[in-house]
Amino acid sequence: MLAWTIYISFLGAAVLMFLPGENPRPARTLALLAALAGLACAVMGAVDCHSHAGAGALTDVANAPWIAELGIRYHLAADGISLALVLLTGIAAVAGVLFSWNVENRSREFFALYLALMGGVYGVFLSVDLFLLFVFYEVAIIPKYFLIVIWGSTRREYGAMKLALYSFVGSAMVLVGLIAAYVVAGTKTFDLAELAKVPFPPAFQNWAFVVVFVGFAILAGLWPFHTWAPTGHVAAPTAASMLLAGVVMKLGAYGALRVAMILFPIGLHTWQNTIAVLAVVGIVYGALVALVQQDFKFVIGYSSVSHMGFVLLGLMTLTQIGLSGAVLQMFSHGIIAGLLFAVVGRMVYDRTHTRDLEVLQPMNLNRVLPFAAVTFVIGGAASMGLPGFSGFIAELQILVGAWQSFPVFGVLAAVGILVGIAFTLRVLLKAFFADDKVEARPLTPCPRISLPERVGALLLLATTVTIGLCPGLLLDFITPALNSPLMQPLWKAATR
Amino acid sequence: MILSILTFLPLAVGVLVALLGPDRQKLGRNLAFATSLLALAVAVGLWASFDNAKAGMQFVESVSWVPSLGIEYHLGLDGLGLIMVLLSALIVPFAMLASWKIENNPKLYFSLMLFLEAGLFGTFTAQNFIHWFLFWELSLIPAFFLIRIWGGPKRAYAASQVFIYTMGGSVAMLAAFLALYATTDASTRSFDFAQLAATAHQGGLFAGHKTLATAIFLGVLLGLAVKVPLVPFHTWLPAAYSEAPTGTAMLLTGAMSKMGVYGFLRVLCPIFPEQMQAWRTPLLVLAAATIVLPAAAAFAQKDLKRMVAYSSINHLGYCLLGIFAAAGLTDGSALFPNEQAAALNGVILQMFNHGLTASALFYFVGLIEQRGGARGLNDFGGLRQAAPVFCGLMGIALFASLGLPGLNGFPGEFLIFKGTLHLAERASVLSIPGLLLTAIFLLTILQRVFSGPLAGKWNGWPDLTLGERLTVLPVVALMFVFGIFPQLLTGLANLAVLQMLKSF
Repeated sequence: MLAWTIYISFLGAAVLMFLPGENPRPARTLALLAALAGLACAVMGAVDCHSHAGAGALTDVANAPWIAELGIRYHLAADGISLALVLLTGIAAVAGVLFSWNVENRSREFFALYLALMGGVYGVFLSVDLFLLFVFYEVAIIPKYFLIVIWGSTRREYGAMKLALYSFVGSAMVLVGLIAAYVVAGTKTFDLAELAKVPFPPAFQNWAFVVVFVGFAILAGLWPFHTWAPTGHVAAPTAASMLLAGVVMKLGAYGALRVAMILFPIGLHTWQNTIAVLAVVGIVYGALVALVQQDFKFVIGYSSVSHMGFVLLGLMTLTQIGLSGAVLQMFSHGIIAGLLFAVVGRMVYDRTHTRDLEVLQPMNLNRVLPFAAVTFVIGGAASMGLPGFSGFIAELQILVGAWQSFPVFGVLAAVGILVGIAFTLRVLLKAFFADDKVEARPLTPCPRISLPERVGALLLLATTVTIGLCPGLLLDFITPALNSPLMQPLWKAATR
Repeated sequence: MILSILTFLPLAVGVLVALLGPDRQKLGRNLAFATSLLALAVAVGLWASFDNAKAGMQFVESVSWVPSLGIEYHLGLDGLGLIMVLLSALIVPFAMLASWKIENNPKLYFSLMLFLEAGLFGTFTAQNFIHWFLFWELSLIPAFFLIRIWGGPKRAYAASQVFIYTMGGSVAMLAAFLALYATTDASTRSFDFAQLAATAHQGGLFAGHKTLATAIFLGVLLGLAVKVPLVPFHTWLPAAYSEAPTGTAMLLTGAMSKMGVYGFLRVLCPIFPEQMQAWRTPLLVLAAATIVLPAAAAFAQKDLKRMVAYSSINHLGYCLLGIFAAAGLTDGSALFPNEQAAALNGVILQMFNHGLTASALFYFVGLIEQRGGARGLNDFGGLRQAAPVFCGLMGIALFASLGLPGLNGFPGEFLIFKGTLHLAERASVLSIPGLLLTAIFLLTILQRVFSGPLAGKWNGWPDLTLGERLTVLPVVALMFVFGIFPQLLTGLANLAVLQMLKSF
């Protein structure tokens, strides 16, 4: 069932490519159907896995030989962690299509590339053959580049090029590490579960871990390799920035956890503190930079760096609770960042054609676009990590984990939360509430918020509130996965 | 079940009201008001079915929520919680009536009030830290927007001040609790208040780290101190209260400020008895400062609303004095049981009665501003001749506020001082000038606004309308009722106090 998430996306992309005519209506309808079908497959697959295997260990989805000489297999499997992220991808995909409903320019190609990106993302989350994972990882980069270059806005060539270069450098590092692991292991397999059993020599692990982890973490916005993220997010069209922040950054974090941390636990142990420092710097730095931005979208872009810092910090705690928080934060940030980018890019920018906070403020948008204002208020509250929303439980777990592993970083991350509250409040007030001096200015009418936008916003809001109130829904997947045999090397490293 | 209903009723109706069409403003307002009355009826029903003779929590609901983190959906009421629920349920409809004529988007205003009410009920019934914290934070968002959208000229500044200050305190408190959780032995880990207090009692918290314990204690203290507020964390308050629209100011001072005091009683004292003992002197000094300095500041104000705002800080200072004097005096059992019980009973009385009186005062100041377009202390004079009923009722509220026997303000302050004069002599003596200053500035208001010659332009100043009389008379009547029969409240509170003293 789960494998169909990949096939449907690529199939949809192929069909769209060969669709005749330039009429946007069939293109977007088809894209929506494909995204919905993907989400349905993801949900059914998740329910299925949950009822059969208790979501603990890896459950095979597909397994066939591919390049037999090298021991490369087409091997898809899912455990609780990948299921959580597949669900996230499904939800983000549907919301992204809904927020791209107004794409008129070359819409056929837009949605085709969009679906191809989705397919690649699903593929990464479901692959357990690391070569296959790498292939999907690369597949996801290309549509991303074109989406930004063709449909982007501010400095799109620059943003797209920067994003692509960072991604390729990262993936080159990953490739080097993977091939080295393949050769050193000598077992002629790229299978994650097999490679995880190989005791790599510590000296090898020490360098291989850094290469693979950083290679992946570039895409997760690890400071100081994060600079592609804000520019890329700003340049991208709305749906692409939603996916970029919502899902693509999670590819990096997922790879870092799934590949680097599991294969090289000794290396992880060596580098744990260093990377935790970078994560904390990212949390605080991203939040501080977001605090002084004049461009609405840059604020959200930098906030993503800060929130992804929490994911990396959670991973580095090497505690059950911290990792569980990190995975939950991946999901939660995917939803919330998607929502905030949708408000900025689609609801506000497409109507006002500006993202300058100084220009937006006198417009008093809370009167002109009340729906957008309310959505941003709730989304902003979720992004601040207020209780009742998904981000709270995630950051709570990460902070508890951080306290157990390195209390000082726990305090610094808490300071990061405080700055996060400050910049969210600032951008909320500047973007939607006119200052007292200029409030008298007449309201400029804007087109009303359309139905697809409302549905998309409600979908994302409902998700973050549901997970915020019933985190058990996801934790029931994540916790058993963290206890699965696959993760055991990690816990052994932690007790070393 | 009943406590969940009480909490989620305003929340659900609030959402419903917010979703009504823009041409249904009146319907939304009426629906919200009816809901607040219904909530009041439920609260009174709780009071009627509350068993005074039973120690511990009643109406308990407990459902596992996030078991891996020790988070439970755990509700319960003891005497203290019940009194706070009653107070909130009483203030909300009162504040709604005071906001009846709001013109700018009343539907949204009233739905935010309902959200705030849900936040209050949730805070006063929750028995698990995370659950409690959820509502504690939830109440801040509607408060922020109520000030930001409907406030006075400096509303942007005032709203941001409230939000940033309170959030800063909340994050410190949250971080402190997470540290507490993370450093506790896995077998006794919990977020449950009662459980935490029991573990603390057995010395099972902080794994014996003295510095860590202090840091955690100070984090929690900061969160609560900002909310009450305790001097020197009070600077957000005068701007917030004076910029807030009347109804919101009534809710902020009447009910929300009690969240902080409640937190001291429910969270800080039971979980950190040793630290309360260690920090007793500085805390008592701050409490005395919270009583005296704002009273002096109120004395120097020229703006009626700011005067009432400062007097609010001063009155909550008595609560803090009572708590700090009674806490940290344990040696396995209470050292001075009678005095400690008196002080804490006084604190609870004062919380309730201050809520009643201060919200009434803000109501009257709002009426003055609405009629005269000004609220300066020296803008008026002789209004008694034009509006005798107005003046009489506001006079009663002013006297209640300064603690005249027979009115509701007296029993609480009397009991607090009865306790603290034994428990913390010097701090109590230091605080007494506060009483005096309060009397002076409240009488000054009475004199400047209502006595003297009536200025020509205020000729024909309208007295209270029938609607306004009906709004405020029940509250004034309650001032007499709780002034003459304080045992109505102490009867509820006493067992809870005795229970608390075991862990103080």
